[in-house]
Amino acid sequence: MALHDTDLLSQEGSVENILKFDDIEPVLESKDLSVSYGGQIAVSGVSLQVPKNSVVSLIGPSGCGKSTLLRCFNRMNDLIPSASVQGTVNFAGQNIYAPDIDPTEIRFRIGMVFQRPNPFPKSIYENVAFGPRINGMTDDLDEVVETSLRRAAVWDEVKDRLNDSGLSVSGGQQQRICIARALAVNPEIVLMDEPASALDPISTQAIEQLIQELSSEVTIVIVTHNMQQATRISNYAAVMMAGEERVGRMIEYGTNEQVFGNPKDERTEAYVTGRIG
Amino acid sequence: MSEQNIIPTARQEFDRELGRLEAELILMSGLVEKAIYDALNALKNRDIDRSQKVIDEDDHIDQTELEIERYCVELIRRQSPMAGDLRRIVASLQIAGELERIGDYAEGIAKISINMGSQPPLKELIDIPRMGDMAVSMLKRSLEAFISRDADSVRTISVELESEDDEVDDLYAKVQGDLMELVKADPDNAERATYLMWVAHNVERVADRAMNIVERALYQATGELVSGSTQIDASAE
Repeated sequence: MALHDTDLLSQEGSVENILKFDDIEPVLESKDLSVSYGGQIAVSGVSLQVPKNSVVSLIGPSGCGKSTLLRCFNRMNDLIPSASVQGTVNFAGQNIYAPDIDPTEIRFRIGMVFQRPNPFPKSIYENVAFGPRINGMTDDLDEVVETSLRRAAVWDEVKDRLNDSGLSVSGGQQQRICIARALAVNPEIVLMDEPASALDPISTQAIEQLIQELSSEVTIVIVTHNMQQATRISNYAAVMMAGEERVGRMIEYGTNEQVFGNPKDERTEAYVTGRIG
Repeated sequence: MSEQNIIPTARQEFDRELGRLEAELILMSGLVEKAIYDALNALKNRDIDRSQKVIDEDDHIDQTELEIERYCVELIRRQSPMAGDLRRIVASLQIAGELERIGDYAEGIAKISINMGSQPPLKELIDIPRMGDMAVSMLKRSLEAFISRDADSVRTISVELESEDDEVDDLYAKVQGDLMELVKADPDNAERATYLMWVAHNVERVADRAMNIVERALYQATGELVSGSTQIDASAE
């Protein structure tokens, strides 16, 4: 493949290279999803099915629209004034972009964890209790906080300092507290935007193990630049690619074995083998 | 003339290392082909010294296999290969193992030759050397398939080799039949018949190993995992 061939990079992926789940109902599904910022298309025509209790990684070169796509799945792009979304994102039988849908409610059920840990300037306890409190889930808050911190594999490290500031712990612990915060409202899906990229290798390993453990209870969609990480923790991989016009398109979606072992699209092969990036 | 940056990128360096791996495999296959030829010629000509040389040189084949294995592991460790690169390294590892076993078959033939001592072969050696020629030809073609990395070429060669493997198997059956007849005619022929039976067996196994190599070539080119009549798609759920 001519690596400088930007026309090729801009082409849509073949439909045959996009995995469809004929025999199961996906927990999340985008149909012909496009995103523009101030009239400039950033993501075009993404149709993606996410099976329940799976881990789907979104991979691709920088600037190809992975994070933009991820933010569509819980309407975080609504917070960007210039952003405009076309197409549908179906969750629990409804299009989350329908006029009568409350985006805040969506964000409880589809949580998000960001690249840089962002605990609130509150105690560890209050960080985790925040979501349940504003959602009116005030019964047994102590139990909710403990359960969430256990699920995030950080309880043992912070149980004796729940009143300490969420900012007083290490980066890896902060990130797990953020995950606990997302889990505290019992989401069905958790979106993660490069959750370990700002962390040291040991903390990264802890996050990866946590993701694998959580996937039996929640569905996870994760953006990552680390292909080895994607192969370790995810079941499926969606490959985004953008040409010179910087319009991100999904060119391939399949099992990890396919995408990283025997890709169908030559651009995927070129990306995962480091020939383009 | 403007200064040019001659430091290779990491990707270019990796491509060079993969090229080196391929070269090592080709060298190893050359050693193994020579070993088979030498072993069969030594048997035919009752050349004990040449047989002993085949035995001694098997250590070099074994050493080469270990070095290729170590190199593959090193590449996997350093480069974390994906997709075609990973399949290429895995297939190379497997092929080195197949070649090492072929080297052992050559050594086995040489040992039989020495064990026969001064006894002439029970029958004139025509079919067994012909099997040997076909098996070595299959070996060359199987390496050609691997180096091509082209799915269509590999499939074409694979079909050709399947047909040749059948011919080798037919010749093997003929040799076995002929030798059994000679034993039935005179039970004292049993020892010498057994020697030739084992030689024929080893040569037939060389052809089988060549088929294994072309299956690895197919895996490298397409990701399909094939073993005999069994096939799975490695990328299927």
